[in-house]
Amino acid sequence: MEIIAKRPEALTKEPFHYCPGCMHGVAHRLIAEAIDENGLINEIAGVAPVGCGVFAYKYFNFDMAEAAHGRAPAVATGIKRARPDMHVFTYQGDGDLAAIGTAEIVHAANRGEKISVFFINNAIYGMTGGQMAPTTLPNMKTTTSPYGRNVEDIGYPIRVCELLSTLVAPYYIERVSLLTSADIIKAKKAVEKAIRYNKENRGFTFVEFISTCPTNWGYEPEKARQWAKENMLPFFKPGVFRDKGEGVE
Amino acid sequence: MPKMTVDPDYCKGCGLCINACPRKIIRLSENINAKGYNYAECFEQEKCTACKLCYITCPDVAITIEK
Amino acid sequence: MSKILMKGNEAIAEAAIRSGCRLYFAYPITPQSELIEYMAKMMPKVNGTFIQAESEVAAINMVYGAAGSGKRVMTSSSSPGISLKMEGISYIAGAELPCVIVNVQRGGPGLGDIQPAQGDYFQATKGGGHGDYRLIVLAPSSVQEFADMASEAFDLADKYRNPVMILADGMLGQMMEPVEFKPAKTDAELQELANQHLSWCICPNADGDKKHHHEINSLELDPQVLEKHVLDLYKKYAEIEKNEARYETYNVSDDNEVLCVAWGTASRVVKSAINEVMKEGKSVGLIRPIRVWPYPYDAIKQAIGKNVKKVYVFELNSGQMVEDVKIAVEGKVPVDFWGKLGGVVFTPAEIKEKLETCF
Repeated sequence: MEIIAKRPEALTKEPFHYCPGCMHGVAHRLIAEAIDENGLINEIAGVAPVGCGVFAYKYFNFDMAEAAHGRAPAVATGIKRARPDMHVFTYQGDGDLAAIGTAEIVHAANRGEKISVFFINNAIYGMTGGQMAPTTLPNMKTTTSPYGRNVEDIGYPIRVCELLSTLVAPYYIERVSLLTSADIIKAKKAVEKAIRYNKENRGFTFVEFISTCPTNWGYEPEKARQWAKENMLPFFKPGVFRDKGEGVE
Repeated sequence: MPKMTVDPDYCKGCGLCINACPRKIIRLSENINAKGYNYAECFEQEKCTACKLCYITCPDVAITIEK
Repeated sequence: MSKILMKGNEAIAEAAIRSGCRLYFAYPITPQSELIEYMAKMMPKVNGTFIQAESEVAAINMVYGAAGSGKRVMTSSSSPGISLKMEGISYIAGAELPCVIVNVQRGGPGLGDIQPAQGDYFQATKGGGHGDYRLIVLAPSSVQEFADMASEAFDLADKYRNPVMILADGMLGQMMEPVEFKPAKTDAELQELANQHLSWCICPNADGDKKHHHEINSLELDPQVLEKHVLDLYKKYAEIEKNEARYETYNVSDDNEVLCVAWGTASRVVKSAINEVMKEGKSVGLIRPIRVWPYPYDAIKQAIGKNVKKVYVFELNSGQMVEDVKIAVEGKVPVDFWGKLGGVVFTPAEIKEKLETCF
């Protein structure tokens, strides 16, 4: 018998601290598999965020930096410029990337930094206990929008892929979903492409994952995925926003 | 013969693999792991086709598939 | 090598490049703009990296990444921008990364003005960012010294894996003085510098079979472990305090009736005033801390001769270093302070007038 699927080499043996049913682990695995498949384990470094992904530096089996909240793209810029022979990615959640780190992500993308950014969007702050995120949906209840997100008061969720697509420099921008097995298979292709483009130093690559937060949404893991399918996907439509490698401008 | 194994040390009993499995041969064990979770297990290995959907869905990368 | 007439801001930039700095990230702010402009011009010529970052915050985090990759890296700013960098500086100190930060101080608080001041002493020497940490802080008083401190700062940063700040001011940044540079590091020396950190920094895995997992990190949720980490930091800081205090004495003797303490630009004015007072047959000495952390407490204590009636501290702030002087003097003689604020620089005549009241 032959092993056809197992824990990738690019992940350490450390069990994830994520809640049961949280999709962070799936995103980690997809990134690790793409790194293994591209043979990059000896020349790649990752940057972990602040938020639920904060311990990502323990889970990836190569050099990792833990950044201040929102600053991962700046830290990745420093690493990539200091060691151009290495390949660098960041792993960030919606609060980290789309609120406190808005300037860093926009400008790293605008410089066309030759890094990959993996962006987990679950419409909520998980680590701090379920507060409103910049991607929280209209009328969605969180601990800091207890009456539902009031768009008249606090505005609409930010669509990061669309926003970054207004910039000229980014090489590849895609939004994928982790809400079904079929979606995950598609997401794997996007991650693989981002890492491959990164390996070839083509430019700034960005993959957004539509994900879940069963704990803070208050749903069982499968119900959370169902809820996200019905509520998140209509607002955050999956798709390729930019792929210069395939002529999608 | 195809085989799926769950490492109880990683599994948190979220149940997503149970839904993902097209053959419906995964369940939560009556036993608990060190963290107190009823972990997933395959109860009819002979029906496994090694389709990998459980592995693909597992958020804790707890599953190994052999064929 | 012959001397060149240069602005302080340009001299420190040139000296940093000669010291092996090939990565520089910063944001424009007066009165340090010549520094960033010099780097923009020169870095491409030495195959280095220059990025004008989107903010001071981004710049210091780029420094965090580059320092975590084991390469010589610098940023610079002026007071309000340094405040923005403080978050990143705390992380850099916590993660024990080597880097150099130049602060060309201006008047504050807030936006303040763009004139020379020394109001960031507390911020530089007592913390500034959150948590228990220390910066090594070098305080130049001439363009030559400003330039010389580049290699000193990088060497200290590498030796102790600690951020080093060069605490200058708008006067030193803007003034032109003749400066002589040390020879630039050779390619072989640069390679050696880059290799010294390979045991812990982000770097390619040269031995494919032996994976390494270096973590650049300041997070530790276990309070016992974090406490041990901070205690280890403080062991390092104690070592720095033991070895690295530097100061200059000027006219210090047993005849001194007044002992002055001043740093940076302020010390230059005080020296001129002392020269004038000496002509009148009065004996005044000066201690100038060349590094303000670690602080030369012992040197100040020992310089208080038997005839000293008063220790007089002059600063371009409301009285910050004077607190360290009081610690050094231990109440043995009265300590007095006079300063100018808001970017106003005192004149030798004003200092002389103050000194004359002591006799």
